[in-house]
Amino acid sequence: MAVKLEIPTALRQFAGKQASVEFNAATVGDALKQLTGTYGDLRKHLYTEDGRIRSFVNIYLNDEDIRYLQKENTPTKDGDTISIVPSIAGGKGI
Amino acid sequence: MLIISSGIAQGIRDYGARDYPNETCGAMLGIDNGEGREIRALFPLANRRDDSPRNRFSITADDFRAAERAAKEQGLEVVGWYHSHPDHPARPSEYDREHAWPWYSYVIVSIASGEPREMTSWQLTDDRSVFQPEEIAWAVPPGSVK
Repeated sequence: MAVKLEIPTALRQFAGKQASVEFNAATVGDALKQLTGTYGDLRKHLYTEDGRIRSFVNIYLNDEDIRYLQKENTPTKDGDTISIVPSIAGGKGI
Repeated sequence: MLIISSGIAQGIRDYGARDYPNETCGAMLGIDNGEGREIRALFPLANRRDDSPRNRFSITADDFRAAERAAKEQGLEVVGWYHSHPDHPARPSEYDREHAWPWYSYVIVSIASGEPREMTSWQLTDDRSVFQPEEIAWAVPPGSVK
């Protein structure tokens, strides 16, 4: 089943400058794995070194944050859209 | 190179002073032609870090999407983010680096005892290892050249 993955502007340079890509995927995690498998330079901006989605990276299936669904095991269906949306964070560090 | 007009820069300083001693934050809307980018408007956002607003800021995913919508409505795009460092230099912290993406411009204004000081801009390297300083070009305000 084909799902669309929307690539945020800041990361398009690592995905062939595309705004979106499509993969046949059964779960959100499967789609993300295909995305980072195809565009390997994306991986470090989405995942930590131990393979977890970075804390400031939010993944939505259609309009639902996957943290409130089944996380990366959330099943997808044909025509779904997965969005990668960052929370912007920082601070002076003390 | 990041082009900022004196009016936009003053806006960032004013928000930093307004929110002192807390950190201010917001989106920078502008254009990017691949060789340089110019900030055309600011989109101030609430600092959602209620637990430690004096040394942290957070912009939620919903606020991110609101900034992107605002940019699109003006024919612009979100090209970066600004925040303040109260009583601290305008240098990115390790925490800043860990929570950044490449491509964006990250503008930091230092606020010392409530007064705006140095303003700098930074971009994360593609390998996420370090922030590099980004040159700021101060745009000449319309009408100031004879």
